[in-house]
Amino acid sequence: MTTTRRELLSAGLVAAGAAVSPSLASAQEHDHDHDHQDMPSDPALRAKALESLMVAKGLVDRAALDALVDTYEHKVGPRNGARVVARAWVDAEYKKRLLKNANAALAELGYRGPTLTVVENTAKIHNLVVCTLCSCYPWAVLGLPPVWYKSAAYRSRSVIDPRGVLREFGVTLADDVEVRVWDGTADLRYLVLPERPAGTQGLGEAELAALVTRDAMVGVAKVSVPREGAHA
Amino acid sequence: MNGAHDMGGMQDMGPIGPEKNEPIFHAEWERRAFALFNATDVQWPYRRTQIELIPPADYLRMSYYEKWLAALVPILTKTGMVSAAEIESGKVLNGANTKWHVVTVAEVAGWILPVSASSEKITLATQFQVSQRVRARNLNPVGHTRLPRYVRGKLGTIERDGGIEELQDTDIQGLGPKQQHVYTVRFAARELWGEQTSPRDFVYADLWEGYLESA
Repeated sequence: MTTTRRELLSAGLVAAGAAVSPSLASAQEHDHDHDHQDMPSDPALRAKALESLMVAKGLVDRAALDALVDTYEHKVGPRNGARVVARAWVDAEYKKRLLKNANAALAELGYRGPTLTVVENTAKIHNLVVCTLCSCYPWAVLGLPPVWYKSAAYRSRSVIDPRGVLREFGVTLADDVEVRVWDGTADLRYLVLPERPAGTQGLGEAELAALVTRDAMVGVAKVSVPREGAHA
Repeated sequence: MNGAHDMGGMQDMGPIGPEKNEPIFHAEWERRAFALFNATDVQWPYRRTQIELIPPADYLRMSYYEKWLAALVPILTKTGMVSAAEIESGKVLNGANTKWHVVTVAEVAGWILPVSASSEKITLATQFQVSQRVRARNLNPVGHTRLPRYVRGKLGTIERDGGIEELQDTDIQGLGPKQQHVYTVRFAARELWGEQTSPRDFVYADLWEGYLESA
C-alpha cells in the first residue's frame, strides 16, 4: 500500500479537524518542517505521541495499557470458545444450558460472558455472525476479531449475500439449508455452535476442542477432521 | 447518521480476503492504539460515535486501528481532557487530569473474570411479544443510532426479548424511555432484498423497542 505523507496527514486528522479549533486544522494543512511540533501523521508516531501525552496528563497508567494488550493478545482468544464448543459436544446437559443461558454456561468454565447468545448449526440451519455497523464480536470467547471480520467487504455483503460470502470461505450450502445471519446491532453478542464432524466419536474433549476454529464459531467455516497423516 | 459505517447491503466492496495465520496485531502501534482507546473513560456508544464522525472517504480508506487513533483525539478534546493546543504541541499545557477514571492493572485483570448476575433487575412492560409482526421505523437521525438503514421500513417478526438495555442514540426524542427492551427481530431476506433472494435466508437484528412499531 502506498500512501503519501499528505494522505496520512489528512487521514490522521480528519476526526480531530471537526472537534478542535480551526487553528489546529489549518496548522495541519501545511506540510513542512519547522519547530512547532504537529501531532505526527504516521500512525506509529501518532500513537506514541498520544500515549506520551495521555500518560503526562495522568489519563492512563502505562502498566494498565500493557496489561490490556497482554490480556487480549494472550489470555483470551478462540481457544476459550473452542473449549465451550467441545464441552457442548460431549455433554448434552451443558449444551442445553449453553443454548438457554450462555453467560451462565460460560461462567461454569471460568469465562466472562458478554451478553452472549449461542446459535446452533445443524444439517438444515447455518448461522453466520456479523456486525454491519461496527465490529461487535464476543471478545471473551473469541479474542479480538480478525481484519476480515472488520472489513467493509464482510460487513456489507454478509447480510445481502451470505451464501456468496460463505462460498468465498470455501463453504457451499445446499439450497434447502436455512441461512441465519445475526447482525449484532445492540450489546448482545453471538457465537456459533458448529456441527460436530462425523468420525469424532472416539475423541476426548481436549482433542475435539483442538479441531474447533475461530472461523467455525463465527459461522464462515465448518469444523473438519484433518485426514490421517495430513497436517492442518 | 446515514454514514459510511452503516454498511449492511452495500455492494462492490471487493473480496473479503482473510489472511492466513493472521497475527492479533500487525504492528506495535496497533497494540498501543488498542490499549489507549480501551482505557478511555467513555462508554462504547460515545467511542463509536466519534469513529462514525470520521468523514466517509477517510473512514473507507483508513485501517481499523487508524480509525481508533483518529477517534481518540476528539474523545480527548470533546471531553475536555486534553486541549487542542496540547494535541498540537504534544505537551501538557493545562495541568494534569483530575476527573477521568484511570484504568488500573487490577481492573483489567477483572474484565475477563465471570461476574455473578446482577441482583437489581429492572422490570419494564414489553410492548411486543414473541412471534408478533413488527415494522422497523423509518428513522433517519443525524446522530448516532443502532438502527441500520437496511432494515428501516421493513417487516419482521419478534424472535425474542433480549432484555433491557439503555438506548444508545444521540437523539432519543420520540424513541421512548432511555431504558427499554431490545428485541431480536427476524427479517426474511426477501423482505429486505427482494424476490431474487433465497426464501431460506433470514437476517436477525437486535433492535430497541423505540425503533419498532406494530404491523
